[in-house]
Amino acid sequence: MQIKRLFIANRGEIAVRIIRAAQGMGITTIQSYSEADSDMLAVRLADESICIGPAPAAKSYLNIAAIVQAATESKADAVHPGYGFLAENAGFVRAVEAAGMRFVGPSADTIDRMGDKVAARQAAEAAGVPVVPGSKGRLDAVEDAVSIAAEIGYPVMIKAAAGGGGKGIRIAQSEEELRKMAPQAQAEAAASFGDGGLYLERAIQSPRHIEVQILGDGERAVHCFERECSMQRRRQKVWEEAGAECLSEETRNKLCQTAVALAEAVGYVGAGTLEYLYDSVTAEFFFIEMNTRIQVEHPVTEMLTGIDLVQEMIQVSAGEKLSMTQDQITRTGHAIEVRINAEDPLMQFMPWPGQVTTLQIPQGDGIRFDHFLYEGYQIPPFYDSLIGKLIVHGKDRHEAIALLKTALQGLRIEGVKTTIPLHLALVDDHQVLADDFHTQWLEPWLAQGNLTAQTQKGEIQ
Amino acid sequence: MSQILSPLPGTFYTQPSPEEPVYKAEGDAVAVGDTIGLVEVMKTFIEIKSEAAGTFASYALESGGAVTAGQVLAELAD
Repeated sequence: MQIKRLFIANRGEIAVRIIRAAQGMGITTIQSYSEADSDMLAVRLADESICIGPAPAAKSYLNIAAIVQAATESKADAVHPGYGFLAENAGFVRAVEAAGMRFVGPSADTIDRMGDKVAARQAAEAAGVPVVPGSKGRLDAVEDAVSIAAEIGYPVMIKAAAGGGGKGIRIAQSEEELRKMAPQAQAEAAASFGDGGLYLERAIQSPRHIEVQILGDGERAVHCFERECSMQRRRQKVWEEAGAECLSEETRNKLCQTAVALAEAVGYVGAGTLEYLYDSVTAEFFFIEMNTRIQVEHPVTEMLTGIDLVQEMIQVSAGEKLSMTQDQITRTGHAIEVRINAEDPLMQFMPWPGQVTTLQIPQGDGIRFDHFLYEGYQIPPFYDSLIGKLIVHGKDRHEAIALLKTALQGLRIEGVKTTIPLHLALVDDHQVLADDFHTQWLEPWLAQGNLTAQTQKGEIQ
Repeated sequence: MSQILSPLPGTFYTQPSPEEPVYKAEGDAVAVGDTIGLVEVMKTFIEIKSEAAGTFASYALESGGAVTAGQVLAELAD
């Protein structure tokens, strides 16, 4: 079945991205929008558009009944969910399919399975993907904890078996510390949860976040290499790279091949991402979860490999096969994406919706800007603060960062506050240049006042 | 009568969460600095605090409604 009319159940920059991909395939696009989004760029670019409800997302972009009805009325034969909103909602997939349309993504059952952390961990282990080593079940005796810790390897994280939300977590660096902490943790767990049972897990300190992009057609899966996404604030990625310089070729191969094994084991259809923690000290990686959607940072992989991930996911969702084999996927150079958010980085990243008065986009080889802005556009306050993604591709990481700096200097978005000053500070930071950071790096760096100092220096020059 | 205005555009909520009671009901005493509601702007929740003291009269709109910067959120009787 060929997709002829694609309904886009999303907004912002990803809606624009999907429209461009679909139009490039000769597909008619139907853009959904809330009452607050009638003037957004995706509505202007799409072949057709339809209102799905009031401004709050719960009444529009998260309203399954309204979206399915709008898609049916507009005679769509497929629905692309983008990311966020309903992209990983199995109930939405079932509603779309029950209405006789295709969902651009994996099956509802795959979303259910990979969305459940325990089931996903089991699927990963079955496919030979390493997971964070831990005790199989609850531990009640200190001696049991000591013998398990010897197998897992120190440092170990001691958690209450009945707990949650990080309460009472302790990290033991050695057996001596474990013998001291385990009874304390038991007493605290008993007091807090009425259950003194413990759970042990290898503590991966200052890990990197590495993820692998995969594509599947239900029978066959391929990987499009990895991304490095350790630059995070409040667990939100702010800067992403492809590939991950910290990996050896051997580790990279193993990481990517086990990701493909997992994707094939679950009969994956569409684009997906396997996320891992990477311990740079031991060069070990551990699966944490799978995202069953296209991701915000997919453009770095597209720049690295030349593959159009969005077109590929549309194609396989129509029941066709992947257009390439693994040996046809190659990586060239290095790509970096930075997220441009409508936030004031000098005021605790306070959201800053406003009207775009001036928009100047840098042009040139290796520069891409995915966004949904135009001059005069009023950014609505109801949704995510992401307004654009600046992506660069250079022959190596050093060149990519230099190009990123030039591109950031050429990017002018006036009328709103943006995170451009944050990225301008990061491109000059010696640890960033040395690729010496991890998931716990950015927040202390901000707390130490690096951003203010860098920015002021920039203003004097 | 004094009015409490929204400093930002966004979505207004009269309760800390759907399960909890409203911040203020008619007749409640309001002190300077009391939180009377939340405005969600780009997924961030900002507490709206009263700059005046008085007796709570009413919310100007329903919880979950869209607001613009400067819009009246609630009214106080002196």
